[in-house]
Amino acid sequence: MDHGQTAATQGSRIDAYVDRYAARATGMVASEIRALFAVASRPEVVSLAGGMPYVTALPLDVVGELVADLVARRGPVALQYGSGQGDPHLREQICEVMRLEGIDAGSDDVVVTVGSQQALDLITRIFIDPGDVVLAEGPSYVGALGTFAAYQASVVHIAMDDQGLVPADLAETIARLERAGRRLKFLYTIPSFQNPAGVTLNLARRREVLEICQRAGLLVVEDNPYGLLGFDGEPMRALRADDPEGVVYLGSFSKTLAPGFRVGWALAPHAVRDKLVLAMESAVLSHSSFSQLAVGQYLATQPWREQIKTFRELYRERRDAMLTSLEALMPPGCTWTRPAGGFFVWMTLPEGLDSKAILPRAVAERVAFVPGTGFYADAQGAGNMRLSYCYPQPDRIREGVRRLSGVIEQEIRLRDTFGTGSAPDHIGVDTPGPDLA
Amino acid sequence: MSDLGHVLVLAGGLSYEREVSLRSGRRVSEVLRAAGIDVETRDTDSSLIPSVLADPPDAVFVTLHGGAGEDGAIRSVLELLGVPYVGAGPDACRVAFDKPSAKAVVRSVGLRTPDSVTLPKETFHDLGASAMLTRIVERLGLPLFVKPARGGSALGASIVRTAEELPAAMVGCFAYGDTALIERYVEGIEVAVSVLDLGDGPVALPAVEIVPDEGVYDYAARYTAGHTEFFAPARLSSEAAAACAEMAVTAHTALGLRDISRTDLIVDSSRLPHFLEVNVAPGMTETSLLPMSVEAAGQDLGTVCRFLLESAAVR
Repeated sequence: MDHGQTAATQGSRIDAYVDRYAARATGMVASEIRALFAVASRPEVVSLAGGMPYVTALPLDVVGELVADLVARRGPVALQYGSGQGDPHLREQICEVMRLEGIDAGSDDVVVTVGSQQALDLITRIFIDPGDVVLAEGPSYVGALGTFAAYQASVVHIAMDDQGLVPADLAETIARLERAGRRLKFLYTIPSFQNPAGVTLNLARRREVLEICQRAGLLVVEDNPYGLLGFDGEPMRALRADDPEGVVYLGSFSKTLAPGFRVGWALAPHAVRDKLVLAMESAVLSHSSFSQLAVGQYLATQPWREQIKTFRELYRERRDAMLTSLEALMPPGCTWTRPAGGFFVWMTLPEGLDSKAILPRAVAERVAFVPGTGFYADAQGAGNMRLSYCYPQPDRIREGVRRLSGVIEQEIRLRDTFGTGSAPDHIGVDTPGPDLA
Repeated sequence: MSDLGHVLVLAGGLSYEREVSLRSGRRVSEVLRAAGIDVETRDTDSSLIPSVLADPPDAVFVTLHGGAGEDGAIRSVLELLGVPYVGAGPDACRVAFDKPSAKAVVRSVGLRTPDSVTLPKETFHDLGASAMLTRIVERLGLPLFVKPARGGSALGASIVRTAEELPAAMVGCFAYGDTALIERYVEGIEVAVSVLDLGDGPVALPAVEIVPDEGVYDYAARYTAGHTEFFAPARLSSEAAAACAEMAVTAHTALGLRDISRTDLIVDSSRLPHFLEVNVAPGMTETSLLPMSVEAAGQDLGTVCRFLLESAAVR
């Protein structure tokens, strides 16, 4: 086309550095889905999307006093740099927490991290070259998938059912990938109250998964933020409890205390631990001393086991509210998981519906969820959505499910009208922000 | 220092374009502060009316996109509160925001706009989608552009190049609204022409040409810096540029708009512009088109915004 005579030959791209970004930044673009989550943050919207713990249930006055006392008594230490591995006393306390899940570990093998998310980042950083394979449940935690993508890992999903990851599929996938000459680096798994599926790997399968990975010489990265938030009985025995050399365990105080402290950790075999410490120092020098000491003080002076029990009861009530409402209100064809702990229900929509296409209408009806595609690295999940019950009160959960059921009924009608419930692909897959992950 | 005491920038809201609106609001607030204005930025919620009544601003800059921000609702509220604001009044907004209505108005004054059909979701359900979609393709041809009758930022919009793609495009469109505008897609140069009235009547600013990397100016291309190349002024012949400017000013006038608007159009291979839609609260973000036009015209965005507020305040 003739562009005429008066104009510039070089346009503006707004961003002067557009040609200089790393390849891993390619997917970092604005998206419709993220824009919709901006609306979901308004109080008018019942958000069944967020994975935010209900920190209001903490004795905030006590936490306030504890923090004030920390500054008054130990200010010069709390406000100073710390060690790359983390505060030694807190690492001892972390070992005490892990004993609840059968883990017998020394504090020297613990590295304190900025939430378990940073532990995940560091693990990926030290193990993954572009193109290396990470095995992960399908679906899997959106924040982990984002990290794997950032390091250009190739994620291969392993099937799940109501009892968690399917060992036979794990074994077959490992064999297939090895035959194809792929470089497998680790299995990433959330065995208890999985995010987003809400299911738990049963004990027999835990043994099988460890055996399969041992045979293949494959490291297991066990991410266990919800392990102490089970609604029935004692906490499940962690994978790490039965294989200290084959498992890197990631833990977090984000759900049992508060995410605002950003204190998580990795428990790793010695050699891995050494690399994690060096990676940690190169990333952030050291974790916040203030946060670590505050968490340590909390654990030392407060009835933290009782607080976890309070959280469990609160989340159980909310889980019940969600399951009862789903049962009463969802149209035929919808199915969902029944979590025995944690924060999430994974819903499967009637045939042909696309959760991405449903989200805008849901937001217009003042209810939000996370479309299932965000929990897969390979564009699966359009027929699923994650519903969280951790943050809204039970009556809001019931109202949210009521609104959502109406939206899904409309979508079924739309599907029947047009013979498809899917929208064009450009609506895209996206990772929600930290409050939603 | 301006005579304005304090001004209110409205941003956020509950429309799908909330995030964009917040960014627009931040940008406008920033440039106004740099221009010496005392600015308060607010979301629209139940505290808005009591707060405005308690401390009425001298004027309001509405950077709410989509829904209440552009359909006249918030402007009706401001009228009720007796607070002056920048931009068109509620009646004009109602027509301009509804794309089929705006097309009808501009066509009635002789402007070229692609042939289209507007249909609500219910009609497809009641009369059967398959036969209707077939007829639409027969009548309008391919490619088509499908978008919600009301809304912006290309949300729910898509190009349809084959008849098989049409049902999914309809589903994507109805995700964002109950009525669809299905328009013949005109291939050509995509341009936006901003119109400002700085006291001497509506004047078109230099057209901005939009060249998305992926060929489609969708949400990602609009709001990810670097994903679209912009030419301001557009690479048009002087005749085509003048025709675009005239079209934008005519649309602004015919629709009864005031102060500020942005018209989106396509210049076809014969260098003829086609009206697509008009925006009564144009985006003001770092990647938005109106601020680029202002810069291309050699003007300062803060000065322009301040002038519009000062004009509104004495209206």
